[in-house]
Amino acid sequence: MGQNNDKLVIAGREFTSRLMVGTGKYASFQQTAEALEASGAEIITVAVRRVNLDRSKESLLDYIDLKKYTLLPNTAGCYTAEDAIRTCRLAREAGMSDFVKLEVLGDEKTLFPDNEELLKAAKVLVGEGFTVLPYCSDDVILCKKLQDLGCAAVMPLGAPIGSGLGIRNPYNIKIILENVQVPVIVDAGVGSASDAAIAMELGCDGVLMNTAIAGAQDPVAMARAMKLAVEAGRLSYKAGRIPRKLYANASSPLEGLLA
Amino acid sequence: MNITLNGEETKLAANATVTQLLEQLKLARERVAVEVNRDIVPKAAYDSHTLAEGDKVEIVHFVGGG
Repeated sequence: MGQNNDKLVIAGREFTSRLMVGTGKYASFQQTAEALEASGAEIITVAVRRVNLDRSKESLLDYIDLKKYTLLPNTAGCYTAEDAIRTCRLAREAGMSDFVKLEVLGDEKTLFPDNEELLKAAKVLVGEGFTVLPYCSDDVILCKKLQDLGCAAVMPLGAPIGSGLGIRNPYNIKIILENVQVPVIVDAGVGSASDAAIAMELGCDGVLMNTAIAGAQDPVAMARAMKLAVEAGRLSYKAGRIPRKLYANASSPLEGLLA
Repeated sequence: MNITLNGEETKLAANATVTQLLEQLKLARERVAVEVNRDIVPKAAYDSHTLAEGDKVEIVHFVGGG
């Protein structure tokens, strides 16, 4: 399937799939499991929440083969470094992973990150041995700071979470790619398969999405589309596209034309 | 005794351990993390950590999320 010699490496761990998928907003646990399977994702995000003591004890994890996936607990809903740090420590204690998707939000409407709190949290968490993948603004200065703090990757947004607007500023992403050495994973805003392909064609190391799949009319089909798009975009990037030219350049020879 | 569990007042046998609380709630220890008064209780301490009157306990687990 994927290229075996083009692995995604994060904190020394190798992954074949460059598509990471969230587990929220699906119609059912069953659908979640089917979509994840169709996506080929190896890294999946989960949220950390209070156990509901009243309802059924069925859990998402009953439907997922934990041996197949690397769980990436997120700090969704955290607006301060303190809350995010607390959430990460709980996530690690829940026992599944040292990997965390660090989100520290600044605003309910945009769900854009509070970059100041994000940097504070990242510093503490890296110091405690977490493998930190921060959701961040598409800002190269911020990404370099996150890298210098020891984050294992940077995850600039393409557009607001769940907005489906795609890669709003590909030039910012390109600048980040040229100036950081850790993996760059576009996280948030992807809406269509072509959006995912565009991210990969820019040279991104991976794409993380949730709503684009879970909110599609046919999530399992969309998961498969996204899998193919990320693979196609990566192949296209590595194959080296033609330059853009203002004028035409004929594909058929002039020699031997009928007179 | 009374503790606050996930924001709700809850009755519990005096000197119950975290293990006993999880058993009462029918929760598997491998799937949860437990915090008492803002300190995480490591799994190795579930059998020995006894809860006290007025403790604020949070029990969390992983759910779907992006």
